[in-house]
Amino acid sequence: MKLMFEKTVSLQLRLFVAVLLSIVLIFGDKYTQGGENIRTSLNTLVSPLIYVANLPYEIFSLSAKSLHTREQLLSENEALKKKQALQSEQIQQYEFLVKENKKLRALLGSSAKHPNRKIIAQVLSVHSNPYSHQVVINRGANDGLSENQAVIDDMGVVGQLTKVGSTTSRVLLITDNTHATPVRILRNDVRTVVEGIGKIDVLKLSHVPHSLDVRIGDVLVTSGLGGTFPEGYPVAVITEITRDEGQPFSQVFAEPIAQLDRIRLLVVLWLNQLELI
Amino acid sequence: MINRQMLLIAVSIFFALVMALMPLPFSLEPFRPDWVLLVLMYWSLALPHRLNIGTAWVVGLLIDLATGSSLGVNSLTYSVCIFVTASNFQKIRNFSLWQQSLLIGLFLTLYHLMQFWLNHFLLGVYFSPHYLWPVLTGMLSWIWVFLLLRKYRRHFRIR
Repeated sequence: MKLMFEKTVSLQLRLFVAVLLSIVLIFGDKYTQGGENIRTSLNTLVSPLIYVANLPYEIFSLSAKSLHTREQLLSENEALKKKQALQSEQIQQYEFLVKENKKLRALLGSSAKHPNRKIIAQVLSVHSNPYSHQVVINRGANDGLSENQAVIDDMGVVGQLTKVGSTTSRVLLITDNTHATPVRILRNDVRTVVEGIGKIDVLKLSHVPHSLDVRIGDVLVTSGLGGTFPEGYPVAVITEITRDEGQPFSQVFAEPIAQLDRIRLLVVLWLNQLELI
Repeated sequence: MINRQMLLIAVSIFFALVMALMPLPFSLEPFRPDWVLLVLMYWSLALPHRLNIGTAWVVGLLIDLATGSSLGVNSLTYSVCIFVTASNFQKIRNFSLWQQSLLIGLFLTLYHLMQFWLNHFLLGVYFSPHYLWPVLTGMLSWIWVFLLLRKYRRHFRIR
């Protein structure tokens, strides 16, 4: 029988325990590294939920695909074939250049570069925390992924892996305001750091002295420093420079090259062991 | 019998979780009501002996994991909100529906301000008024959530 005034733990005590546990969790999550297994299994716990939430979108896009007309498909096919022809021409050149580069490096006596291991991943469209920029992908620890791997799309750098579950993982985008990317300017090899400010189409260069040689339209590529991003992938284009001599640093803004608001297919990269040294 | 009732409550929370994670068009994204919190609030008002702070904490942790926020943020804020509703359930139950929805708006504001404050401390975000849109849509949704879940509760005789 259920008594109306049953003796139970008081609400205040419950709240106290809950708040205490939450604070322990918050600090544990923020200030400790490691615990890889615990983190992975916790993230795996919600993977089914993410796949279920993604289902309606999949169904919509499937039905949208089946409603494509024959002409649309034909023209899309044509465009893709043209693009592929152009790219395969570039690949032929690329292979020649790689060989040449190897020879030149051998002549210089520096270590050879090897291609990175990579894997294709798809973005699951689920809602994420509104205070940060992240996406969820359909690969995880089962595919060999681990935290801090670089993620790119067909245009440029997208971000890096944070929370990895066994079948899903999260990509922290370069525009998140806790993310910073070590880059160099392609034109003159000046190294700098570009950080997110929480807007999906703006990045900011941090601590730029007034004397730095930077112009609007300069392309920033990853510098390979920092041990997360392999060298040479395009990150952003400089869009705005404000040099106010009254301020200690110039304000330099850039626009990400990857279209971060409409990413669908991504490539996850592994770092070469050689580059880590 | 008790297991069946807990299962039915769990099903409603599961649906709320799916609604909270489902993709919305980009322009509607800032207006998404906090479905999970609304459902938890309803159950904590209707059946405070079945569901209160403990459940809210666990569901908050699930939300943290599923939306990728720092662990513990939603656990903390959900627990505080459910504490407020569960400790005043007898008063709140007696209000009319629109008065309830105003009160719920107040609790949702509390929730979002706590969320913002924690995220300001953890991620360094700055306040923008559009973080508070879900309060308004949540107030409007409360009426429907309340009526729907009351029907659900009465139909399956969850006590």
